Amino acid sequence: MEKSLLEVKDLNLHYVVFGGSLKVLDGVNFRVGFKENIGIVGETGCGKTTTMKAIMRILGMTTAKISKGEILFKERDVLKMNEAEVQKFRRREISMIFQDPTAALNPVFSIKSQIYNVIKYSQGTEKKLTKKERKDLATKALSDVMLPDPERVLENYPIQLSGGMRQRVCIAMALLSDLDLLIADEPGTSLDVTIQDQILELLNELVRKKGISIILISHALGIIKNITHRTYVMYAGFMIEAAKTTELFSNPLHPYSKGLIASVPTLVGRGISNGIPGHIPNYSNPPLGCRFHPRCSYTMPICKVEKPPFLTVSDTHQVACWLFKKEGDKIGK
Amino acid sequence: MENSNILTIKNLKKYFFTQKGIVKAVNDIDISIKEGEILGLVGESGSGKTTVAYTVVGLYSPTSGEIIFRNQNIGNEGKNRSIKLKQEIQIVFQDPGTSLNPARNIYQILEVPLKVHGIKNRDKKIKELLQTVEIPEDYIHKYPQMIGGGERQMISIARALASNPSLLILDEPTSALDVSIQAKIINMLLQLQKNFNLSYLFITHDLSLMRNIASTVSIMYLGKICESAKCKEFFEKPLHPYTQMLLSSIPVLTDAEEDIKPKKVKSIGEIPSPVNIPSGCSFHSRCSKKMDICSKEDPIMAEISAGHFVRCHLFKQIEL
Repeated sequence: MEKSLLEVKDLNLHYVVFGGSLKVLDGVNFRVGFKENIGIVGETGCGKTTTMKAIMRILGMTTAKISKGEILFKERDVLKMNEAEVQKFRRREISMIFQDPTAALNPVFSIKSQIYNVIKYSQGTEKKLTKKERKDLATKALSDVMLPDPERVLENYPIQLSGGMRQRVCIAMALLSDLDLLIADEPGTSLDVTIQDQILELLNELVRKKGISIILISHALGIIKNITHRTYVMYAGFMIEAAKTTELFSNPLHPYSKGLIASVPTLVGRGISNGIPGHIPNYSNPPLGCRFHPRCSYTMPICKVEKPPFLTVSDTHQVACWLFKKEGDKIGK
Repeated sequence: MENSNILTIKNLKKYFFTQKGIVKAVNDIDISIKEGEILGLVGESGSGKTTVAYTVVGLYSPTSGEIIFRNQNIGNEGKNRSIKLKQEIQIVFQDPGTSLNPARNIYQILEVPLKVHGIKNRDKKIKELLQTVEIPEDYIHKYPQMIGGGERQMISIARALASNPSLLILDEPTSALDVSIQAKIINMLLQLQKNFNLSYLFITHDLSLMRNIASTVSIMYLGKICESAKCKEFFEKPLHPYTQMLLSSIPVLTDAEEDIKPKKVKSIGEIPSPVNIPSGCSFHSRCSKKMDICSKEDPIMAEISAGHFVRCHLFKQIEL
């Protein structure tokens, strides 16, 4: 098997809250190869962002407890790193773009001071940049993301920029260091469709040019289809299906993936499906067995008792559902 | 005419006077909705869609122009609208998290419109309302933050339906929700429309959604309508460059959809500030088919074929 850049193995995480705990992640497994674009789809509250924050180690560790699992980045366990190593990891190897660029930028500092901070942080203590070098670097980063008149943008405050421009600034900041993995958490959701189109095209191009991997989180399935090579479908804290993106959309196997894909309104106008009944379970008391069984129309007795394993259907397609268990199948990862 | 218009908007203008200048949020638009029809009003943020909604519902009074509801001009009344009219026109807001009072439970929320409109048998009516939107009856003691986003939006819809309206204005009712929940709400809205013979003014930025539910689609850009046509024709023969740009930027899932999309038009630029609208055609700064005349003269609406209106210099010649 080819080497992975990032491998998340059986990640279990719960939040400690007043009066109990929320068992949010329940055995998340996925991998990202070198120069691979990965998509993760799922409903609000299924744990996508929590997983990404766990990878970045930016979860509030007083409430979020990881009870089990490994996050291997280039074969080092991120969870076992000490603070200094994590700092270095974050500034050199991984970066994240958030959903809402308005909330990601500090409104009381100019773009210049925010970018300079990132430059200072990503360079670390080893190298001291002159003022001119620093400015050149910032201007270049901004012109790389197709911002017109970068010198002026540097002097601006976030409020003086439009939503699309703010997101471009965030992308520029994320790509300042020579990283290996970019996590984009719904980068276009808060933007208009024409702006979203521009941003994603830009992101796709930059990622290809720099030869880095990207994890794209979105619930707009069309975006995932255009950009990613492989896609994972997540539901209530675990991966329920993984496949090559084209295969997943043409031939979804899991009942949840089917329902999700059918819910997307189409331009051809076939009408709207009924959606998926019910909603994401309450994490303080999640259903036993397969967490999807209360909403599933194919529920079998085994679904209520035992969590389905990740079954390999073909080389490029895996699914966690008892429907696809064949006689004599070996239960593996 | 068998199908008379429930709502006709003529030359509606709504300007806001600010320190920086006049914001022409809605600048001379014409819309008509037939009885029992769904009109989709689509546009980017800042195009003035919500201002249209608020003006129709009476939250803003128009700067000029007419709003005619069943042969009655209601434009000038603004906030002083009669209770009878308020009963007929209701609105569902975009974000159910902020449009429901967090300090009231569902019963109290649904009781308000019934009290205002003097409807008797409130207990029974509230139960009926919850039944129509398929929410269990024991929810009446819950508070908005205890229920999911989809359910909250259902409650907003129930609240709007409480006064038995005939025109419902839906201001992006599903844009804050997941697709699976969106599907459920849209289906319910379509069902309600049939059962109660409602008309909808559906405001959204999601064109693929409109393809499936609207009877007529209008595109708005910087306070003006660019193109308006029957749904099927709109998607099969989009004419305005802006419509083509919008349609080609929609990310789609299947090849069949890819075929229907117009050839890739590169999206350029962003919507300009409504304080500083470009001269001539307001879209010329982003248009791929710009001509000299575009920056000088504002095109007028032309009817290209029956019911298909385009406001673009490219189509001036073929006017009927």
